[in-house]
Amino acid sequence: MEPSVHAAKLIGAGLAMTGVIGAGAGLGFLFGNYLQAAMRNPSAAAGERGMLFFGFAVTEAMGIFALVMALIILYAG
Amino acid sequence: MLTMAEIQPMEQFLIHKVSWLPSLGVPTPYGYLDLSITNSVLTMIGAALAISVFFLVSAQGKVVPGRLQAFGEIIYDLVDKSMTGPMIGDRGRPFLPYVFALFSIIMVMNIWGIVPGAFTVTSQLAITVTLALATFAMVIVVGFIRNGFGFFKLFVPQGVHWVMLILVVPIEIFSFFARPVTLSMRLFGNMIGGHVVLYMFGSFVVAMGLFAMHGGLASLGFLGSGLSLFMVVALSALELVVAFVQAFVFAALTCTYLSDVVNLDHGH
Repeated sequence: MEPSVHAAKLIGAGLAMTGVIGAGAGLGFLFGNYLQAAMRNPSAAAGERGMLFFGFAVTEAMGIFALVMALIILYAG
Repeated sequence: MLTMAEIQPMEQFLIHKVSWLPSLGVPTPYGYLDLSITNSVLTMIGAALAISVFFLVSAQGKVVPGRLQAFGEIIYDLVDKSMTGPMIGDRGRPFLPYVFALFSIIMVMNIWGIVPGAFTVTSQLAITVTLALATFAMVIVVGFIRNGFGFFKLFVPQGVHWVMLILVVPIEIFSFFARPVTLSMRLFGNMIGGHVVLYMFGSFVVAMGLFAMHGGLASLGFLGSGLSLFMVVALSALELVVAFVQAFVFAALTCTYLSDVVNLDHGH
């Protein structure tokens, strides 16, 4: 394909990956709150660990959507 | 020297026919339907066989379980006491086989892909969309069987003023139909992302190693190559965790969506 289209694809993929900023911020918030609550109530921390991983996966999914969009722009545009 | 043209991270996801098996196809009115065994189909058959054999062998029913039976019981308890039990409640027992099968097949297909050279089945969007649509169809069918036309109360939250409802109900309907999309994309994106990153670090190992062969100051390339190899090992360990977590989250979200329709009138 033409070089300018390929260059635009690369720029578009790079811009699409800025969406993972939100995923990173959200994950730090989630784990930080879990650790803070675990410090206050250590015996109840183990019971909520399932919810922690569940929340981690759902928040990470937002960053993954940004990655999939970048891959679509780069390889299937 | 590894050029940019040889680094193709996406080629590991190509489906091609297994060469040592015969091809079979069916001519339909719409064209030739190619049903030959591909690497994806072979991996799926292997995963289904592995799960069936394991759970048939480990279902021994001894009161004091041996190691194999204990491992099978761990997986059963994970689904029964962490997913369908707490999330759906007493009405959740009929859904235990479906959630169990879903969790097992997704976890085995994810973990199988980490083995070097194996094909990751769940990195194909067709597979994850099929699984997500199966869950979505089950939610709709169960919802209509249990609630009749009261199923549409799912979109009308309790205690909301009728003026707000004009805005809230379309948003609820849209997010309901976004569920299979997000379910499939979450699993698909995680698998693709993990394997692409593993490929890129692997290509760094080779590229920096080839560069270091020039000698002299370029021998620092061996250090970079070693660091990249360490990253590949660490990322493979992370991939194992992600494989389990993604299977767990898929099954847990299935339980959440089922409990939304099953406990519609009881506010569990």
